[in-house]
Amino acid sequence: MAVETLGSSTRPKVAPWNDPVVRGWIFQIVVVGLVGLLAWFLVSNTLDNLARQKIASGYDYLHHEAGFQIGDTMIPYSPADTYARAILVGMLNTLKVSVLGIVLCTILGTLIGIGRLSPNWLLAKICEWYVECFRNVPLLLWLFLFYKIISESFPGPRQAISVLGTLFLSNRGLYFPVPVPNPIHAWMGLALLVGVAAAVAVKRWARKRQDATGLPFPAIRTGIALVIGLPLVVWLLGGAPHEMSWPVVKGFNFQGGSVIQPEFTALLFGLVVYTSAFVAEIVRSGILAINRGQGEAAAALGLSRGQSMRLVLLPQALRVIIPPMTSQYLSITKNSSLAIAIGYPDLVAAVNVTINQTGQAIENVLIIMAAYLTVSLGISAFMNWYNKRIALRER
Amino acid sequence: MTDALPAGERRQLPPPAAEGGAMGWLRKNLFSSWGNAVTTVVLLLLIFWLLSSFLDWAVVNAVWTAPTGQACRGHGACWALIHEKYRFIFFGTFPYQQQWRPLLAVMVMLAMLVSSADRRMWNTRLLWIWGIGSFLTFLLMFGQIHIPLGLILFAALAVGGLGMLLRGTVAQPPEIAGWRTLAAIGAVGIVLRLVGILPPWSLAIAPFDYVETSLWGGLPVTLILATYGLLFAFPYGVLLALGRRSDLPLIKGLCVGFIELIRGVPLISLLIMASVMLPLFLPSGMNIDKFLRALIAVILFAGAYIAEVIRGGLQALPKGQFEAADAMGLNYFQKTTLIILPQALRVVIPPLINTFIGFFKDTSLVLIIGIFDFLNAANQALVDPNWAGFPSEVYLFAAFVYFCFCFSMSRYSKYLEVELNKGTRR
Repeated sequence: MAVETLGSSTRPKVAPWNDPVVRGWIFQIVVVGLVGLLAWFLVSNTLDNLARQKIASGYDYLHHEAGFQIGDTMIPYSPADTYARAILVGMLNTLKVSVLGIVLCTILGTLIGIGRLSPNWLLAKICEWYVECFRNVPLLLWLFLFYKIISESFPGPRQAISVLGTLFLSNRGLYFPVPVPNPIHAWMGLALLVGVAAAVAVKRWARKRQDATGLPFPAIRTGIALVIGLPLVVWLLGGAPHEMSWPVVKGFNFQGGSVIQPEFTALLFGLVVYTSAFVAEIVRSGILAINRGQGEAAAALGLSRGQSMRLVLLPQALRVIIPPMTSQYLSITKNSSLAIAIGYPDLVAAVNVTINQTGQAIENVLIIMAAYLTVSLGISAFMNWYNKRIALRER
Repeated sequence: MTDALPAGERRQLPPPAAEGGAMGWLRKNLFSSWGNAVTTVVLLLLIFWLLSSFLDWAVVNAVWTAPTGQACRGHGACWALIHEKYRFIFFGTFPYQQQWRPLLAVMVMLAMLVSSADRRMWNTRLLWIWGIGSFLTFLLMFGQIHIPLGLILFAALAVGGLGMLLRGTVAQPPEIAGWRTLAAIGAVGIVLRLVGILPPWSLAIAPFDYVETSLWGGLPVTLILATYGLLFAFPYGVLLALGRRSDLPLIKGLCVGFIELIRGVPLISLLIMASVMLPLFLPSGMNIDKFLRALIAVILFAGAYIAEVIRGGLQALPKGQFEAADAMGLNYFQKTTLIILPQALRVVIPPLINTFIGFFKDTSLVLIIGIFDFLNAANQALVDPNWAGFPSEVYLFAAFVYFCFCFSMSRYSKYLEVELNKGTRR
């Protein structure tokens, strides 16, 4: 009588309808079949309806003339351009607001999150109420409020509030002087890139030297000097062109200078204050998640509060903070689509006009989905890469 | 060492003057160092300046009652506008004479929400409360409800079937017989109705005038969209979460694809899709109500987010629970409903409340497709030319209402988190 060892026997024979594997596959085929049936039902209805309403399908309309104006464009655009270009303009606006929003809400949120942990009771309370006030009210309401305040409560261009005679704040937005275009600007941009690269290199070298010899090097100050200094030197070498285009009231609006539109200001401001409340909570919980001993050890080593925050606490908190932060970044990108409510021409707004003009809802909604999915996946991929880079290297 | 205390006796000394009392608190919390003292003083000045100018505007110079907005010009806040428009902001274009109905509906919904907050109610009583409460809410809002016989029979079949599935393994024989009878009545009735033996009858409950959904507005719309959007999204979110954790590759792929697709796009694009594309999806001649379209979009969207929250709860369960259920010989359905879900759902109640807060705020987006929710009603109140030019008052008022709802819910979720963890905390 051989003793059967565990795991050596083959699976017992059962009737196929009792076999979990067979059952699993039957169940899956049924479910996928039902989903397919539903999809077929919807698609056939849609094709039917499209044919009856004589709506064209396909993406040919992208090459037709758009014919609508866009208020804020990063690349040259006129109503005579194609729909494709209009949608691209919207996409760039979405990216602009998202990137600026992400940077600003990270800075503001981190400051407020740290402020909530301040030993100063008053500061901590103020930061707490900031968080509660901004995150318990819909973002859309903040956008409306800020937009209406700018466009209705600010004076017109003729009575614009002037700051030192250079900035003009009115209900048409914030006007500021810009340098008149000059070929030297391209070289300054190049110098800036070189400066950034050099600063990174200096930082790396400084860390290596400190690891090897223990000698510190003022890498941050050197870096700032490089980033600012190089373009400055190029500007001076180029003869220091300082001709500026000044905003001047002509008729009912300003001419010259450059402008930050009220829609953009309200959108960016609203997104930043709303999201920073969530970021602050993430930062705070990240810092609180660190073992108390870390802060005490840093204090025992004689680091100041700022130093211990910067060198000991934040780098460790970052590991807890990054994953929820990623979802905040994604939500700020998606929330930027609320722009349509206050009339800022972002992707959704541009596509919505396109839907109304061409009637081709499906193609356009697919464009929106594809664009947001691409951006979302891009942000996720970048944050995952960053997360991996700062993760604790375990043996 | 002369006044040494006798052994076994300790004298409680008061803390040093600088440590205890109000002065000690001030010193510790506001003036512990030079930098701190400077921060405190600067903040105090800032608060004083902000608060005094705000109070000047909002209280001292405010106009509380006025015939039109003209009387407010040159003064502070125009609260007269709120005084004039509050019924419009709360109930939108609902017929003016009938506005006690949405008011009552809001109160019924609030009563349902508040009573569900009490842990002692977390049993079958809650089902009754929600069943009766929902019926009252929609009866008050619509004024008349017609339920076709087919729907009643289908409900009987569904309830009976669910009862058999869920209680079949644990209930006593008489109860099981009851569920079976209910299901059988439903099934036989549907067949008879389809064959044509039962007449096309419908149960009409019509105590008030009928008000169609396009006239609904204000707070009830926001509450209905958030509450019922999440309520309907919940079972399907549970299914999605289970599907995502499933071993079956096709099911898992479908669920992951759906969840990530929905979470990757903004709610607005789904709302636009629901308002423009849903009519295209349906057979011609079939039209769905705009309000229902928005509700469908909210449900689709909420399901994906709920699924991710519930997945967190599923992942937090120790593997031993799954293995123990398998070892007991339970099948997948029994394992899930008896062992896994009760534990997983308990863990995710606080994050689910946070999801609800998020959706309560996000329903404001429906104004983009022209639904009269609370924020949209506030927006429309600004259009009146007699009262033009006072947006801040209306928005601050709306913000205050939203804040009251969301803040109390977030505090409740915090309390619940502590409360539910009492058993596991050492």
